Amino acid sequence: MSLERESCTSSYCEDPQIVEMDTDILLIGGGMANCGAAFEVMPWAKKFGLKVTLVDKAAMDRSGAVAQGLSAINTYMGGQDPADYVRMVKNDLMGIVRDDLIYDVGRHVDDSVHLFEKWGLPVWKQAGDEGKPLDKGGKCVRSGKWQIMINGESYKVIVAEAAKKALGEENIFERVFIVKLILDEKEDNRIAAAVGFSTRENKIYYIRANAILLAAGGAVNIFRPRSVAEGMGRAWYPVWNAGSTYTMAAQVGAELTMMENRFVPARFKDGYGPVGAWFLLFKAKATNAKGENYMVTNGEMLKDYPPYGLAAVPATCLRNHLMLKEMKEGRGPIYMDTATAMKELAATMDEKQVKHLEAEAWEDFLDMCVGQAGLWAGMNIQPEVVGSELMPTEPYMLGSHSGCCGIWVSGPEDIAPAEWQWGYNRMTTVKGLFTAGDGVGASGHKFSSGSHAEGRIAAKAMVKFVLDNKDFKATISKSAKDFAAEIQKPFKTFEQFKNVTTDDYVNPNYIRPKMLMYRLNKIMDEYVAGTSTYYVTSAALMNRALELLTWLKEDSEKMAAKDLHELMRCWENYHRIFTAEAHLRHILFREETRYPGFFYRADFPKLDETNWKCFVNSKYNPKTNEWEMKKVPHKDLVPLTK
Amino acid sequence: MPSCVNVDKCDGCKGKDKTACQYICPNDLMKLDRNLMKAWNQEPEACWECYSCVKICPQSAIEVRAYADIVPLGGSVVPLRGSDSIMWTVKFRNGKLKRFKFPIRTTAEGSIKPYDGMPEPGDIKDQLLFTETGKTLPKL
Ligand SMILES: Cc1cc2nc3c(=O)[nH]c(=O)nc-3n(C[C@H](O)[C@H](O)[C@H](O)COP(=O)(O)OP(=O)(O)OC[C@H]3O[C@@H](n4cnc5c(N)ncnc54)[C@H](O)[C@@H]3O)c2cc1C
Ligand code: SF4
Ligand code: SF4
Repeated sequence: MSLERESCTSSYCEDPQIVEMDTDILLIGGGMANCGAAFEVMPWAKKFGLKVTLVDKAAMDRSGAVAQGLSAINTYMGGQDPADYVRMVKNDLMGIVRDDLIYDVGRHVDDSVHLFEKWGLPVWKQAGDEGKPLDKGGKCVRSGKWQIMINGESYKVIVAEAAKKALGEENIFERVFIVKLILDEKEDNRIAAAVGFSTRENKIYYIRANAILLAAGGAVNIFRPRSVAEGMGRAWYPVWNAGSTYTMAAQVGAELTMMENRFVPARFKDGYGPVGAWFLLFKAKATNAKGENYMVTNGEMLKDYPPYGLAAVPATCLRNHLMLKEMKEGRGPIYMDTATAMKELAATMDEKQVKHLEAEAWEDFLDMCVGQAGLWAGMNIQPEVVGSELMPTEPYMLGSHSGCCGIWVSGPEDIAPAEWQWGYNRMTTVKGLFTAGDGVGASGHKFSSGSHAEGRIAAKAMVKFVLDNKDFKATISKSAKDFAAEIQKPFKTFEQFKNVTTDDYVNPNYIRPKMLMYRLNKIMDEYVAGTSTYYVTSAALMNRALELLTWLKEDSEKMAAKDLHELMRCWENYHRIFTAEAHLRHILFREETRYPGFFYRADFPKLDETNWKCFVNSKYNPKTNEWEMKKVPHKDLVPLTK
Repeated sequence: MPSCVNVDKCDGCKGKDKTACQYICPNDLMKLDRNLMKAWNQEPEACWECYSCVKICPQSAIEVRAYADIVPLGGSVVPLRGSDSIMWTVKFRNGKLKRFKFPIRTTAEGSIKPYDGMPEPGDIKDQLLFTETGKTLPKL
């Protein structure tokens, strides 16, 4: 069911309609992971007579991180050993990952990629193999060891089409924003329902489910972005994922892991366009203002971080670390030397091939970051003539790209050691609550294809869970009306006070969501290792941030919304604040600098393999409002080096 | 770079079953003024310049004006999305033009039959996805 025309435009609608539903399996989010889940779950659901429902805050055709399209599928084995993939991921994430989960993605991911191609995604082939599908031995064009090139403008449209057909329109509810999950009252630590609201109609959704797959992406706009005016929307990470996954899971007591990890991509400055093709396909070099390759001139710095700095491709954060040295010491701007790279390639190619190459370079932007093309157009940047500036972005939280924060989940039964599994693959520590994609912690580098495959893995495990718990009936004493009142409180606040001042924006009785977000951004930026301190923090700074966050949380109760759009912004903020606090508490707990280039603990500036080669897990207690932090032993199932 | 709507071209998707831009924007930015029957971007500073609205507008009424706080005026990037390919026109501030055409899909829109030729699901207790029925999975 897709809604386009909104029927609620008034600021405060007295009585929202309440839509109560019961379903066996609820999928929250319609991104890559849940499109995978939708495809996998239906044949099993049909076989066993189960009902499946999906909700997405946006329209599935263009929702989530792949909305705009992508120019590469970053995870494809194509005959390579998944154990080698585990090694790559582990090195990039400074040693601490869940080998079982990553290996599991590796052994299933190609199946998803083959489906994409079958459904209509154009995959680049080597000369002579055009038209020959990957699963029939067609040879792909790789831009890196694990990446393959695609014409991916319609990637999400295609994957969503398959998912929507699988589920059936009647089981899909778009423009429904989920605000929280509800635990069962009879059975301890057991998921029972989710509540949310429509951003198009004055409707509250109250959905009881036997099992829930929460895959609502990562988090952006927690930190103050580098661009703060009109350009604020140009974050690298899509501005619509607000940490809903981590927050909603943690608030029902799910254990989080590695929430100290963040991703700070080094990208083309301001447009944040992808650099992968330039580095991998065109072999371009990044240089300081003097034209020096700082990966060479600062190469010694990598030796401080064995073994992760010594690998053929040093960990992503370490590459940032070397770039930041140049910036801090005044040797910026940093440039991607596109002109030299294209000149060198042109030396071995004819004119037609060079033109083709140039089109490929532009396609990298046009497929997945059109804004970067707009920036080059406005600044007259022709890559064959001049280079383009690079810059590390503000920090983002995610679990499927080159980051690994997320939720602690049960691993595959045939691989995971006993302490990493409790019955159902990708189930969190809350019974019946599953996650995938950006939601799964300690398991980065899944990317689009791996997230899809992981959604499928989780979907199958959920069916098993539901079959094993056939008789479950949710017990929840709070009424749908109570939830509705809670969800719509920002409306009430607005109506109550809006006429107190002559401008309803500035009012001593409330705070509008935009200002609240700016305040969160400022706190995180200045105290918790944002860009303004060159990603440096300390215990003293973070303890001060906790004081400021306490006031922010108190004031968040006074958020006011004039319409459904703003109501969504309010709830995004509730999710952001909680995710931000989790991030802070994890950094505070981990007394070392594990990810230099992503952030630095000034009070513990060194990597400390002796004491901190472990997971950091946290658990929020909703009853006492307390956080429990702990070290969890790390285990290598695949040794880092062969 | 925030989207903006050309006042002459937008017809409010009158006579269509949906307001296309409002339907598609992943960040819920496009709004329709019912009196004027014109759409606008209600929060330009929250626009990811994903071009979803630009690509879907049946009137080609939406363009993207690069963020004024970052990018000098005068450039533009304009797509024309067909059923199997997309054409891009990139205009530089200095007037230079570049055109590109890329394939977008190899099947007709709406033609996917997800379960055609797929096996029946196998054993719910093992680790195989339903499409992998009969295969042997590698283990560590
Ligand atoms: C800038 C960028 C570039 C990338 N480039 C590549 C690449 O080149 N190749 C590659 O393979 N991968 C790439 N990736 C990675 C890939 O996009 C992700 O791994 C993948 O999309 C993660 O899937 P997901 O389902 O976890 O999240 P998403 O795909 O982001 O989906 C999240 C979903 O949740 C919904 N949602 C969010 N909050 C709520 C809520 N409260 N209620 C209801 N619904 C909600 C959203 O609308 C969306 O549908 C890139 C990612 C980014 C950010
Ligand atoms: S899609 Fe185009 S024509 Fe339709 S309302 Fe939006 S801008 Fe106007
Ligand atoms: S460009 Fe994307 S984010 Fe901006 S208004 Fe259009 S659809 Fe929304």
